[in-house]
Amino acid sequence: MKKMNKITKSNLITYVMVIVIYIAAQAMVMTGNMSSLMQGLLVPLCAYVILAVSLNLTVGILGELSLGHAGFMCVGAFISAFFSKCMMDVIPMAGLRYFLALVIGAAAAGVCGILIGIPVLRLKGDYLAIVTLAFGEIIKNIMNILFIGKDANGFHFSTKDVMSLGMEPEGKVIINGPQGITGTPKDSTFTIGVILILLTLFIVLNLIHSRSGRAIMSIRDNRIAAESIGINVTKYKLMAFSISAALAGVAGVIYAHNLATLTAQPKNFGYNMSIMILVFVVLGGIGNIRGSIIAAIVLTLLPELLRGLSDYRMLIYAVVLIAMMLFNWSPKAIEWREKYAEKFKFRKKAKAEEV
Amino acid sequence: MSFISYLVNGISLGSVYAIIALGYTMVYGIAKMLNFAHGDVIMIGAYVVLTAMASAGVSPVVAVLLAVVFCTVLGMLIERVAYKPLRNAASPLAVLITAIGVSYLLQNVALLVFGANTKSFTSVVPIPPLVLAGGNLTISGETIMTIGACIVIMVGLTLFIQKSKAGQAMRAVSEDKGAAQLMGINVNGTIALTFAIGSALAAIAGVLLCSAYPTLTPYTGAMPGIKAFVAAVFGGIGSIPGAMIGGILLGVIEIFGKAYISSQMADAIVFGVLIVVLLVKPAGILGKNIQEKV
Amino acid sequence: MKNWKKGLSALVVAAMAMSLVAGCGGKGDNGGSSNDSNSESSSSGSETVIKIGGIGPTTGGAAIYGEAVKNGAELAVKEINEAGGINGIQVEFNFQDDENDAEKAVNAYNTLKDWGMQALLGTVTSAPCVAVGEVAMSDNMFLLTPSGTAVDCVQYDNAFRVCFSDPMQGLESAKYIGENKLAEKVAVIYDSSDVYSTGIYQAFAEEAPNQNLQLVATEAFTAESKTDFSVQLQKAKDAGAELVFLPFYYSEAALVLQQAAGIKYEPIFFGCDGMDGILAVDGFEADLAQDLMFLSPFTPTSEEEAIQTFVTDFQAAYGGTPNQFAADAYDGIYALKAAMERADVSADMSVSDICDALKTAMTEITIDGVTAKSLTWEANGEPSKEPMVVKIADGDYAVVE
Repeated sequence: MKKMNKITKSNLITYVMVIVIYIAAQAMVMTGNMSSLMQGLLVPLCAYVILAVSLNLTVGILGELSLGHAGFMCVGAFISAFFSKCMMDVIPMAGLRYFLALVIGAAAAGVCGILIGIPVLRLKGDYLAIVTLAFGEIIKNIMNILFIGKDANGFHFSTKDVMSLGMEPEGKVIINGPQGITGTPKDSTFTIGVILILLTLFIVLNLIHSRSGRAIMSIRDNRIAAESIGINVTKYKLMAFSISAALAGVAGVIYAHNLATLTAQPKNFGYNMSIMILVFVVLGGIGNIRGSIIAAIVLTLLPELLRGLSDYRMLIYAVVLIAMMLFNWSPKAIEWREKYAEKFKFRKKAKAEEV
Repeated sequence: MSFISYLVNGISLGSVYAIIALGYTMVYGIAKMLNFAHGDVIMIGAYVVLTAMASAGVSPVVAVLLAVVFCTVLGMLIERVAYKPLRNAASPLAVLITAIGVSYLLQNVALLVFGANTKSFTSVVPIPPLVLAGGNLTISGETIMTIGACIVIMVGLTLFIQKSKAGQAMRAVSEDKGAAQLMGINVNGTIALTFAIGSALAAIAGVLLCSAYPTLTPYTGAMPGIKAFVAAVFGGIGSIPGAMIGGILLGVIEIFGKAYISSQMADAIVFGVLIVVLLVKPAGILGKNIQEKV
Repeated sequence: MKNWKKGLSALVVAAMAMSLVAGCGGKGDNGGSSNDSNSESSSSGSETVIKIGGIGPTTGGAAIYGEAVKNGAELAVKEINEAGGINGIQVEFNFQDDENDAEKAVNAYNTLKDWGMQALLGTVTSAPCVAVGEVAMSDNMFLLTPSGTAVDCVQYDNAFRVCFSDPMQGLESAKYIGENKLAEKVAVIYDSSDVYSTGIYQAFAEEAPNQNLQLVATEAFTAESKTDFSVQLQKAKDAGAELVFLPFYYSEAALVLQQAAGIKYEPIFFGCDGMDGILAVDGFEADLAQDLMFLSPFTPTSEEEAIQTFVTDFQAAYGGTPNQFAADAYDGIYALKAAMERADVSADMSVSDICDALKTAMTEITIDGVTAKSLTWEANGEPSKEPMVVKIADGDYAVVE
């Protein structure tokens, strides 16, 4: 064990942590010790963990601030839900259909990532942030005006309303503008979610510690230096950005196949959500994948656990968020913590010596 | 004719974005931080005016002054408690997230104190509307007031930052905090002053926003806040005249997009134009494009 | 030192998980399949109350509507308890916030399920209602939505609603305008990012040609740009619309009316049930809404005794005049009471049994509510309500015959 590479060890801890949480959760479900609320939260938690990890790839590893991550999630969610809804009769096997939906959702979001990344990644800092925010809002706006119906003559598209689809009377509207897609099959399960988290971790952690990952991090640390030693900046930036987008698409697929209704509201696919994911990443530690997982879990559970406070719920949530940020990031708090931790360690050592 | 009236409408909307963007860009320019809670300080300012006028029955001028004082104190308090401890944090994103937390906090405090019900705001602007072209074109008093206030604030801020001692200190701090400190500038005091001014501007923006669009809920500030942020980036964030130009342009584009392309796609059009502008001029219209040095 | 931080975070997560477990531990093993576990827990514990849950937004942009429903329902529950409860059993009501978000609504639903909810009054808004409806169906939980207007809200047989459906409102509005020859040239302004608003708009636009109405302008706005309506109004004015149809909520409508007055545009404004409450906006100048017409099931100024008592009690308890959201919720609770009495529901029945009993009972009851006289329900979940057209005159609501 001692000989094991430090990186491998750290990665292994992350995987083991996810698996332990999974086993613990499953055990609680099996023995009937888990409340319905928690059971209902298991699948969304998987989606948020994947989102946090994927955004950490952009923010922490690539070092670019993105405020439009929910847009990619939105693309993945809508395309996959559309696919599942159309294929409900053609492919009756839920497993196969869900697998295909995942592939399609991830691919669509990834392609979107490339298309948006090519122009956007030329910008820097806050300007990049605002452009990604703009793209997220555009995607949401487009989803809200999209009407797609299906009848005997095939698919009909419109960006105005259902009437202008010009469908046969027996035709079915699949995407109904702001009313979105209703009746998506509920194919997401906790087990699939955890498998997808592990897959995401595998992709991201391997990327970070690969040759490409080191190239990406070198761009983050000093773009000019990286360029001067022959690293293709655009290529690696796009690579990280599109992988991050595709993973967000995967989260979107999980999200869409967990709820019976899928609408593109500011709340779930707007900048609010993008910011929420960013909060996970920053609170968990920029570039720290394990931290993202923990932060996503804590911050998703927190408002639900505060339900007992009724009216004061969101107020307390805000206060806790600010307090956690100060505790985790303020240089003074870090200093204090280090001092305290040292004392603790010293005492431990002293004790050990005594014995 | 309708073109001109759309243009006027666009400028009215844009002037509101501009006055919010001025506060945004001021804080960004000096403290180098996106204050996401700015929109919510605006909302608090509007509530203070409304409460002062409706409950205490004070005159509009006194109410606005009260709001300015209240928001200034609030702004400094937020800065002291939530932002200052993170000034030297390892990543500038930390303080951005805290600002989001403050934004949630202000919204929920307002929700508890003032309730969820929509309140109708009585305009505090005494200027009568300007009727042109035989009644076909009306420019509201609020628009005239907002544009006037924008210009006064813009000129005032520019002069303050360029000429006054405190303004020079601000510029020094924004260039290089460490060097400014070595020159004997009180960095903490300067940044606190920046937030005080930014929050005072937010109070004024809140009053004008709610005079022009007279409904008030705890979430009134959120969306204009984001739009004003876009406007500030549009004009070149950190640039004071840029914020005003960006705001007005954003309003005009939004109205023209709705009028001539599609009212369903207004947001997509606004953000689409923003992307194109930033791709052509990556630092915004009036922003300085700083070349990276090796 | 980083490990220290992580350790702490992990500890927090663990503590949270433990508190969750502890929270439901008291109820015994009702985790896995809560359908039949409620009966166990209630028979073993000392629960002698009927637990009704409510879901709606009490924070976020739609909080006004959730608050109204919460207050209306709580008032009804208080009255019922003072009068001896349902079948002699006291009622407990628990209202959970969903922030007008489908995912949060499902969380709220699960929270209520853990609490031991036996029937659900909710959710308030449409999109969350569809999501909760799906879960409620698989649990066989009885669902009565006070104000979820989308068609899919009551798609399953365990779901009923108190309000009108979207298509019905659009259809009735077009019919009313056509039959009373209010106008020929009509403009529509609607919220193209909202389920409720587009639902009504589409039904209205489909019916309009049958009523010889000419849609001269169809303009939209979105949740991101709902402060400025100058363009939409200008277009309606330029197109010569004599009537502007406004199928959305009163907070935005107040701005529309104010801005129309600004450009001196005075068509007939016609709204839907979401318009109710516009006069209750603090400080709103009522003369802006002069002659505004809207479809509504409820008028607070009605002379009827039941309505007067409701309005007075509501004002005494919460301040402010109740709107149709509060009225629908108030009727919803009384409908649940009537159905539960009809089905002879007792506190120790399981959720599924209550639901099955209520499904039939709902179609058999007739209640005199504040939103309609002799209200009955069809098996498809729709109420037998005739919309009234309310017109605002001199700062007050008046029913148009």
